[in-house]
Amino acid sequence: MAITATINVKDQDLLGSLQTFCTAILTQEDIRAILVPQRQPMKSMVMPTLVTAPEQLDGIDPLSPAFPMNGAKVLAKLTRKPSGGKIAALLRPCEIRAFIELVKLKQARTEDVVLIGIDCLGALRNTDYFRFAGNDAAAATQRFYEGMLAGKETALDGVELASACKSCEHSIPDAADIALGLRGVDIGTGILAQAQSPAGEALLAQLNLPAAEVPKAREDALARLLEARTASRDQMFAETAAATDSVEKLSNYMANCVNCYNCRVACPVCYCKECVFVTDVFNHDPAQYLRWAQRKGAIKMPTDTVFYHLTRLTHMSTACVGCGQCSNACPNDIPVMELFRLVGQRTQEAFAYEAGKSVDESPPMSVFKEDEFQEVVGL
Amino acid sequence: MENFEPVIVAFVCNWCTYTAADLAGTSRLSYPKNVRLIRVMCTGMVDPQYVIKALLEGADGVLVSGCHPGDCHYINGNYKARRRIKLLKEILPQFGFEPERLRLTWIGASDGIQFAEIMRELVTELKELGPSQAKLKMVV
Repeated sequence: MAITATINVKDQDLLGSLQTFCTAILTQEDIRAILVPQRQPMKSMVMPTLVTAPEQLDGIDPLSPAFPMNGAKVLAKLTRKPSGGKIAALLRPCEIRAFIELVKLKQARTEDVVLIGIDCLGALRNTDYFRFAGNDAAAATQRFYEGMLAGKETALDGVELASACKSCEHSIPDAADIALGLRGVDIGTGILAQAQSPAGEALLAQLNLPAAEVPKAREDALARLLEARTASRDQMFAETAAATDSVEKLSNYMANCVNCYNCRVACPVCYCKECVFVTDVFNHDPAQYLRWAQRKGAIKMPTDTVFYHLTRLTHMSTACVGCGQCSNACPNDIPVMELFRLVGQRTQEAFAYEAGKSVDESPPMSVFKEDEFQEVVGL
Repeated sequence: MENFEPVIVAFVCNWCTYTAADLAGTSRLSYPKNVRLIRVMCTGMVDPQYVIKALLEGADGVLVSGCHPGDCHYINGNYKARRRIKLLKEILPQFGFEPERLRLTWIGASDGIQFAEIMRELVTELKELGPSQAKLKMVV
């Protein structure tokens, strides 16, 4: 798209520049509100916040490593019906990709929203974030982005990036209307702003930012990052595949699962209002449990654990964007994301589909062709 | 396993394969008793979780069988079923379920003879493959 601009940065203050940028967007006549990650008063957690008053943008923190939830769900709540105005939303790339899946699943609409994405520097698990941030979230954010942009992923005070982030090949917001670039950009002077759709172009034009060009170093920086992330992902896939290659191993992999279903609640693309696993279908007759126990001598309670995870793999692995919130939400540290990404990679490849890429590609289970997959038919 | 008798759960559509099974019966054709037929209105309603449940409960094979392409009573349910079987065939092998344990066939309402033949073939194949891992292990 035509417009590439720069958001000026003064005194290395990236958050201040982003605040100025968000204020400029919010003061546009056609933008009623902006959804942006913001520090909560008196707490170190950073939450998506819907802001209508520009003066209330002083706690915004889009570079924080806090990632308490996938914001796609929140944005779906705001956009599922016309609200009588347009909003802007500043999200991580995986949140934008999940939002695109929700749009295709008819849970959200793109008509009244401008999606603003930012180069994602990664996130920490909730428990790690609280340790990392201590009582000063703002200082933690600065420590985090300076370290990450300097390429010191290891220097995070003993905590590590969430495993979803370490193996993420989508840290650039390709599907956003406006993409803000940090990597391979001289952030001492400015943040790169690129319009990637007509809606983004229109908004960026209204802001009258100084024009810029994509720095040559950016392509290199992104290629290096992608290479490292892909290698890490492939290693994760190999380890996960080996750890789950029989039903017995899968049972062991899921052995700590207490059927709390937090992974499903945290999943941005698990959109059913009522999951079958919480309906009466799974409220088995007491005598049924006894019959199962009798048949096998013993059954683990609660039952249906592997059944639940396998079913969720079939129901939503084609929509999985790999945000890692399932692992983040697991009380017993089961590597849920690793398994879903492994299987999601295969199912998405089988249908030549990539979750979160474009609103124009139909979800694989919603369409069919008359002459396809002949190889699965017959004995 | 000398005397291994595989258990096969077959989800068959009301309009074609179930009718074919009926025809096989009224024609006095015999077929192995290993097959447990579950009549569904259309293969398009077979949620992948039905297949998973059957396999986890120890079925040695699962068959989904409906109308030939173009013949679906509900116009396109069988095409949707084919995508779901494709999906399952991408997922199940990772967890050690041989692809041969899940089958999709089209058996039309007048194909009574073919129905009996396919059931015999399926049983022979699964006998060769042996019992499912889920039957031997306690799955939780």
